[in-house]
Amino acid sequence: MTTKHEMELIDSAARAQQVMEEELAGEKMVINMGPQHPSTHGVLRVVLELDGEEIVNAWPDVGYLHRGDEKIAENMTYTQFIPYTDRLDYLAPLANNVTYAYAVEKLLGMDVPPRCKYIRVICAELARISSHLLGLGSFGMDVGAMTVFLYTFREREKIYDMAECISGARFTTSYTRIGGLAHDMPPEFVPMLRKFLKEFPATIDEVDKLLTRNRIFCERARGIGMLTKADAIDLGVTGPCLRGSGVDWDIRKAHPYSSYEDFEFEVPLGSVGDSYDRYLVRMEEMRQSVRILQQAIDNLPDGPVNSPDAKILLPDKEAVLTKMEELIHHFINVTEGINAPPGEVYFSAENPKGELGFYIVSKGGGTPHRLKIRSPSFVNLQALPIMAKGHMMSDMVTILASLDFVMGECDR
Amino acid sequence: MTMQVERPKLTIWERTYLPQILHGLWLTLKHIPQRKFTRQYPEEKPPLHGAYRGAPTLVKDPEGRVKCVSCQLCEFVCPPKAIRITPRARPEDVPDANVEKEPEDFVIDMLRCIYCGYCEEVCPEEAIFLKQDFAIAGYTREELRFHKEKLLELGGVQPDSIWKWKFKGAPPLDAPGAPKREGAGRKG
Repeated sequence: MTTKHEMELIDSAARAQQVMEEELAGEKMVINMGPQHPSTHGVLRVVLELDGEEIVNAWPDVGYLHRGDEKIAENMTYTQFIPYTDRLDYLAPLANNVTYAYAVEKLLGMDVPPRCKYIRVICAELARISSHLLGLGSFGMDVGAMTVFLYTFREREKIYDMAECISGARFTTSYTRIGGLAHDMPPEFVPMLRKFLKEFPATIDEVDKLLTRNRIFCERARGIGMLTKADAIDLGVTGPCLRGSGVDWDIRKAHPYSSYEDFEFEVPLGSVGDSYDRYLVRMEEMRQSVRILQQAIDNLPDGPVNSPDAKILLPDKEAVLTKMEELIHHFINVTEGINAPPGEVYFSAENPKGELGFYIVSKGGGTPHRLKIRSPSFVNLQALPIMAKGHMMSDMVTILASLDFVMGECDR
Repeated sequence: MTMQVERPKLTIWERTYLPQILHGLWLTLKHIPQRKFTRQYPEEKPPLHGAYRGAPTLVKDPEGRVKCVSCQLCEFVCPPKAIRITPRARPEDVPDANVEKEPEDFVIDMLRCIYCGYCEEVCPEEAIFLKQDFAIAGYTREELRFHKEKLLELGGVQPDSIWKWKFKGAPPLDAPGAPKREGAGRKG
């Protein structure tokens, strides 16, 4: 049984403009939400058609943060694009670095050492926790629970300290390289992570106690922004939003990458598909991330982090300073980039917001011919009109918060 | 391996909202005596970790030579194109004038720089280093285009890890008074 929807997804910006200009019959009213509304988490503009306080239609209008990342990628080497991936989903830069590195490595048909894979898992899971902490904190704040935001931001600060320790920067990490990492994790990182893993579950419990059984929160979130299983699949929704609707799809389980097959963790699923379910799924995902991090830190393999191929990674600095062959490799590698074979690859990974994919078309040589970024926030926003229809204007805030999108990634 | 998240059913007691208020107050009380997590920023600087990437600077070797040889690799790799180098030959009267080139000017636009550290990573002479300065401020745009003199002043002296001029009568690395090497051991 398939259900039919009347969806106006094609060029919603133009449709919004048309609605703004048309004379509306009767009681209906059109208002703009954003691009500077605090609950739109960035610069999303939603044009709402209201009947009193009830939403009749909603058209998301994206593109205010468009920077042309895909075009920029065509004009630089694969390695040079890594800092730009920090700026896609700027709440989880480490996870973006990891996904991009795997995408290019898939194009090159190469593998990385096990230690590198484990460190990348640690990076991705830390990014997931940090992104969910912000998502939940701002969810709470948007519906009126300010305290949660402060507690989650305290924990986020610890994660950013760790990101600074491992990569040298809090947000703009640029930690991965094609075929490895910028450098191995420093020795002080492991105790830091262990300390965090010991303290963090207490904060999850605090947030849990403040929100999960809170009557006001329940009434603002339960039954709001329903997304049925079938709709979620039809619209290509991914990540916690999809799992909140009860679809068992996690790329870490379905197509394990980065040695995720070695880890034991559960995929939390919602039952109803409302904002409350998405909140619960995010809470549980953080707990599972803690489990993964614990396993990764306990079983961290020894050995090199970089693949030894000097045609892909820069050679050791000491050798560059003293040896001719390495110096030549170094110059060729920097100026011409990695000589990728012609071909097309798609690699996607389970990022905090959903499936982040890179589709790379290579015609050989050091720069991609085309690099398409499949960003989860952009695709997830498609579900907004369906989720918003029939709810009150004030529920829009809840729905936007539970979608947990980032405009940096949506508009890229 | 999946799990269904549990949707709790609120009891009548919970529906009065009283337990939530009490719990919220208790939680806040519990946090009051705890150590403060915030920092009085300008007075109290945050501790920076070893690999922290701050402002890029140029360094000299202990002999006072500018280490940069104008290969322009950093200019090439810089993703936001913040570096501009004007190369020139070394003046005739300098010893070893014909060995290397040197920069006539070396400009880093701090307003464009994204502190990615690629310049340090690709430098084949260990001439450019990212210092731990993170609060860079100025009144004009021109002020924040750091030229060669300013960058050298910020960078200071860095001993040569391989001592490439050793056959030219340079003092040994462990000579008394030789400055300690900063940032040593960072992977390039």
